Amino acid sequence: MSSGLYNTHKQDFDKTLDLTKLKAYGDTMNDGKVQVSFTLPVKNDEKGIEAARILARAMGLTDPNVALAQPLDKEFTFYVVYGSCVHTINYENITVQTIEGSVMDMHEVDDFIREHFGRKLVVVGASTGTDAHTVGIDAIMNRKGFAGHYGLERYEMIEAYNLGAQVPNEEFIKKATELNADILLVSQTVTQKDVHIQNLTELIELLEAEGLRSRFVVVCGGARITHELAKELGFDAGFGPQKYAEDVATFAVNELVNRGMNRKSF
Amino acid sequence: MESKLHLDFSKVERARASARRIALDTQAFIDLHTTVTVERAVCRLLGIDGVNESEVPLPNVVVDHMMERDILSLGAAYCIGNAMISTGLSPQGVAEAINNGAIDLATIESNHINDIRKAIMPVAKAFTERIKGNVAKRNEFLREYGDKEGPYLYVIVATGNIYEDITQAKAAAKQGADVIAVIRTTGQSLLDYVPYGATTEGFGGTYATQENFRLMRAALDEVGIEEKRYIRLCNYCSGLCMPEIAAMGALERLDVMLNDALYGILFRDINMQRTLVDQYFSRVINSYAGVIINTGEDNYLTTADAVEEAHTVLASQFLNEQFALCAGLPEKQQGLGHAFEITPDLENGFLYELAQAQMAREIFPNAPLKYMPPTKFMTGNIFRGHVQDALFNMVTILTGQKIHLLGMLTEAIHTPFMSDRALAIENAQYIFRTMADLGNEITFKDGGIMEKRADQVLTKAMVLLEEIEQMGLFATLEKGIFADIKRMRDAGKGLDGVVSKEENYFNPFVELMSGGIN
Repeated sequence: MSSGLYNTHKQDFDKTLDLTKLKAYGDTMNDGKVQVSFTLPVKNDEKGIEAARILARAMGLTDPNVALAQPLDKEFTFYVVYGSCVHTINYENITVQTIEGSVMDMHEVDDFIREHFGRKLVVVGASTGTDAHTVGIDAIMNRKGFAGHYGLERYEMIEAYNLGAQVPNEEFIKKATELNADILLVSQTVTQKDVHIQNLTELIELLEAEGLRSRFVVVCGGARITHELAKELGFDAGFGPQKYAEDVATFAVNELVNRGMNRKSF
Repeated sequence: MESKLHLDFSKVERARASARRIALDTQAFIDLHTTVTVERAVCRLLGIDGVNESEVPLPNVVVDHMMERDILSLGAAYCIGNAMISTGLSPQGVAEAINNGAIDLATIESNHINDIRKAIMPVAKAFTERIKGNVAKRNEFLREYGDKEGPYLYVIVATGNIYEDITQAKAAAKQGADVIAVIRTTGQSLLDYVPYGATTEGFGGTYATQENFRLMRAALDEVGIEEKRYIRLCNYCSGLCMPEIAAMGALERLDVMLNDALYGILFRDINMQRTLVDQYFSRVINSYAGVIINTGEDNYLTTADAVEEAHTVLASQFLNEQFALCAGLPEKQQGLGHAFEITPDLENGFLYELAQAQMAREIFPNAPLKYMPPTKFMTGNIFRGHVQDALFNMVTILTGQKIHLLGMLTEAIHTPFMSDRALAIENAQYIFRTMADLGNEITFKDGGIMEKRADQVLTKAMVLLEEIEQMGLFATLEKGIFADIKRMRDAGKGLDGVVSKEENYFNPFVELMSGGIN
């Protein structure tokens, strides 16, 4: 605690917002305040609390305050720590891949499809691989939708097939081909040891191996999916939390038009 | 007990009577059939255990051998008993001899059915005695430490590694958990065999194996003795191996089993004939072993809407109750399921949850109801999530739910950390303590929102059950009435493992465990 670096008092720092040196915000500009919680596999005593403090400093937190030390078992203790994070980032230099353009609602999407395609589009979705959860794919596809956003099954100009959970990638592709799909949706909800990435990668590899990749717009979604990750894995787009059926539909129909696929029929 | 919701019990009786007739109608089909996993469970209960040189479990070796020769319709007990007489071997010896090709059950000389029964029944009896011993041991613990009044705090462990699971489970038990469920690895429900031995790798859970059951049981007994509480162990008696898991659980003293009559059909696309036959024998075993079953109605609400489809939950509870009774499983072992899954955005959503939970309590007064926490509307906002879980905890203590599956603030983010579980237990204990008797102090307004809600759900459930009775259960599943999911009679996994019984077929365990019926 003796180092000058750690002695920064609240009053001492510059309180003007500088987006090239962005810091976390508690209640004063540039105070850097953050909260972290973690468990250490040690008993709950003074030494354990000091260990938590040292770990917090190693994370870049000055003046760490161990607000809670609670034993979970003889040799496990849970800590909640507050501190000021010394790190700054340059916000101005950040570039993120996002899906551009404004989102159409259900009726606009239907009209768009009528105008550009003149036929119903076929969407095939599933939770693939080992994932047993249908929550994600249901939120996008089920008629009722999620949080007031109707699902694709309700769209007049979309023929939606929800294959459910634990669908092997091979079977998914087979079904998509049979149904003459335009758009493939893959959901990965729960993931352990990054198995979702293996599943998603495998799907793209299989599509490429069978020469089918360009035939479909392929989109993935799930709690841990970002657009950037999806692009990296070879998908056309990725949708994380707070995205609904209209986000997915808007992207997919535009992508089909951009690829000139509205003039082809298989 | 006076109904707080002024339920119309004539509707309850009509709904229950419909469910009874549906179950009996289906039971007539069940009684004529057996399946590969039913017969493998018989093998296991006759002491056949272990795997062969290719890691195939010996019960599968025996049953596959019988399937290939088209004699499964006689039943494993008949064929093994017959071979025991001809060879002088034990059931395990017979299984090993089948494995190394020394005997063929189809061509071995056949003995009289009376002699076969004489050979098999003492072996079967020895195993049912062992299960009886487990029941006695559980009762001894409960006598010594007393059983918990009020809700059991139920938590899951899901590391994939049985030894890590044990570390997590012991910590949770010390923090106050009453039931530890070891989540199975993703995909195990679709394996048509039960893996063997202690396992350390799984995704989203840990393999259910008999050795893993044994290891966890020993660990929980150890911590239970330390804490002077009996810690219950739960696993998943579902999928393609329902009766085998029940048999293993009975042998290793599991206390609670997820075990639904329809879940596998709807959510795992297992063939309906297969699941219905399998669930019957699994429940016969669970009943005998004193296991509390947990049914899976909560799952309906993760796919369908919790407000609009609440009546399908109630209808399924009635069906699960009647199927359980057909298998001799008493009400006190029927942990009928439901869930707190109404969207937080709905005005008065909490009142509907409270009404539905109170309704379930009053309609199934003797069942240790299993109440599931919010999952569908858990968003990653852990702070709101903790509040949602608190509201869920309140419903349980106000309405006397018994098996209370703790919600985790990190639901939808990851499988629980040790600290997530501790926070959940702390949350529930606080609310259960501070509101202990609030339920007894409250009455609900005559003709109010809650009363109307309960009546609406009950009426719709009654009408639905009467429709199902008209259609028959198979046709109902084909129409997608439950959870908006359609399943065909001759589709789905595991149909080729269903066979009709021959005249000489017998299952010694159905006889021993349900007191000579059948």
